[in-house]
Amino acid sequence: MDWVPAISRWIHFLAGVMWIGLLYYFNFVNAAAAKAAAADGTGAGIAKHVLPRALFWFRWSALATWLAGAALLGSNFGAAFLLNKSHLAIGIGAWLGTIMLINVWGLIWPNQKKILGMVPATDEEKNKARRVAFLASRTNTMLSIPLLYFMAAGAHTALYFG
Amino acid sequence: MKNPLDSLWGTVICGLILTLILHNIVSYALGG
Repeated sequence: MDWVPAISRWIHFLAGVMWIGLLYYFNFVNAAAAKAAAADGTGAGIAKHVLPRALFWFRWSALATWLAGAALLGSNFGAAFLLNKSHLAIGIGAWLGTIMLINVWGLIWPNQKKILGMVPATDEEKNKARRVAFLASRTNTMLSIPLLYFMAAGAHTALYFG
Repeated sequence: MKNPLDSLWGTVICGLILTLILHNIVSYALGG
């Protein structure tokens, strides 16, 4: 057995399930739940006890997914990111995943820190942060759909593009 | 015009459309 690609693929799946699972939790469950909780004054518990823990696993599983994916690509890393024909499908997936990782660490997490009071912010800054974090999260949900398609296609090119 | 990402279904539909567009681009590039 070739250990590095085998273990990398396994970790890529494990961390990816956690990342995208939490992304779908935020978008399909928490967004509506937080709105309803804010309306009846019960949102503080979610913000204090749930979101910091969910965001911790979310951002670190995103990084682990990307690193394991890079290890899995190995010597094909350049061919994938340069969108060479030989690795075009997984290359599209790799770029979508990279954009999503940048969204997590560059937009969602810094703005969530303001929203959750981990860094000081005025009410106006918090409102702006809410909108930016929301749209970045929704963008990632949108991108996850072609991302998963091209991950599947990358391993089964003939099935998808034969 | 309303941002489709404000709606969950709008987000999913945008993702499906983007998948279709990218599929066609890759299919064309691979000569399929």
